[in-house]
Amino acid sequence: MSVSVEQAYVRAAVNLSGRANPYVMGAAIGVLSWIVFAVADDPLGITTALSAVAGFAAMPFVGAAAVWHNSYWAQDVPGLSYSSFFLAGVIGGAFAAALFNRQIRVEAVPATWSRRFGYSPIRRFAAAFAGGAFEMYGARLAGGCASGHGLSGTMQLALSSWIFTILMFATAVLAGSYLFNDAGTRR
Amino acid sequence: MSVPVTGPLLLPLGIVFGFAFGWLLQRARLTDTEVIVDQLRLRDSTLFKVMLTAIIVGGVGVFILHHGGLAAYHIKPANLLAVALGAVLFGLGMALFGYCPGTALAASGTGSLHALAGVFGMFAGAVAFAFSFDWIKANLLPIGAFGAVRLPEITGIPDPVWFAVLLLLALIGLAMLDRRRA
Repeated sequence: MSVSVEQAYVRAAVNLSGRANPYVMGAAIGVLSWIVFAVADDPLGITTALSAVAGFAAMPFVGAAAVWHNSYWAQDVPGLSYSSFFLAGVIGGAFAAALFNRQIRVEAVPATWSRRFGYSPIRRFAAAFAGGAFEMYGARLAGGCASGHGLSGTMQLALSSWIFTILMFATAVLAGSYLFNDAGTRR
Repeated sequence: MSVPVTGPLLLPLGIVFGFAFGWLLQRARLTDTEVIVDQLRLRDSTLFKVMLTAIIVGGVGVFILHHGGLAAYHIKPANLLAVALGAVLFGLGMALFGYCPGTALAASGTGSLHALAGVFGMFAGAVAFAFSFDWIKANLLPIGAFGAVRLPEITGIPDPVWFAVLLLLALIGLAMLDRRRA
């Protein structure tokens, strides 16, 4: 009897973490924001930290001096910091969640992309590389990304963040609909 | 332990908070590029549902914390030309990439090789930006620079009203998107 009750609890816990309700997950990210604001005093964000890590990674290519003397990197000194540890945590957390739920999946070319542009890993990697570069340049120009502006900035009701988020999604929806127009319509 | 935490104790907290964020992104299915692309094609509203709930729940909580003196705001400056250009560039990149920076990092942890390719692209974009920053700072950032302002301050409409309206618009918008799909 007690065993089956325990089993029910375990099943409920696994279901809660396993079957993702977008509203529950969104609320959990909201609660995480409270904690991060109060405890770390550094809102959830990705690209400010990634920019600093990129400065670190660029040193062998452009020389350490070029990085240290760069006026942009000087604002956010590349190195081991809260935010670079945060980035490592994001990768680790997603890995653990996927592992725990048996959802680790090596994917080179996603299905919708493949239907539209063919199964070519090289082409997909090149497009992802270019897309990532555009994103990062745009995010740095605007001062934040879908996390820094889209979540942390909008929840603080910042003017810059609402302008960024609305314009960004308007562009992404138009471009995404155009790009994948006749892909997967048979689903 | 006093908050906010400072010093070396902050480093392990970075791992913990990042881990929680990555875990939630994967659980919310946002490490799946199909979910993101389906959102951009308005076929599935998972991304909007997660983001809007996070904004409203997070925003109300951070507002209360801020009122109680327990959280400081971090407002990014409204350099309107740079923000608008950046948003458009970001939107184009997101459609091509099928991820945003956070979900891309998380997805590379779940085995998405093209997400990893995009993360390398993000490094390239960061380097390009750092080396063009002086020009941008001189020529783009000053145009339409309104400073680090919040909507309640510039409109005089108090925070709770903004969140109530946002909740209403979110419910209407998501219901319309769900009905459009059905």
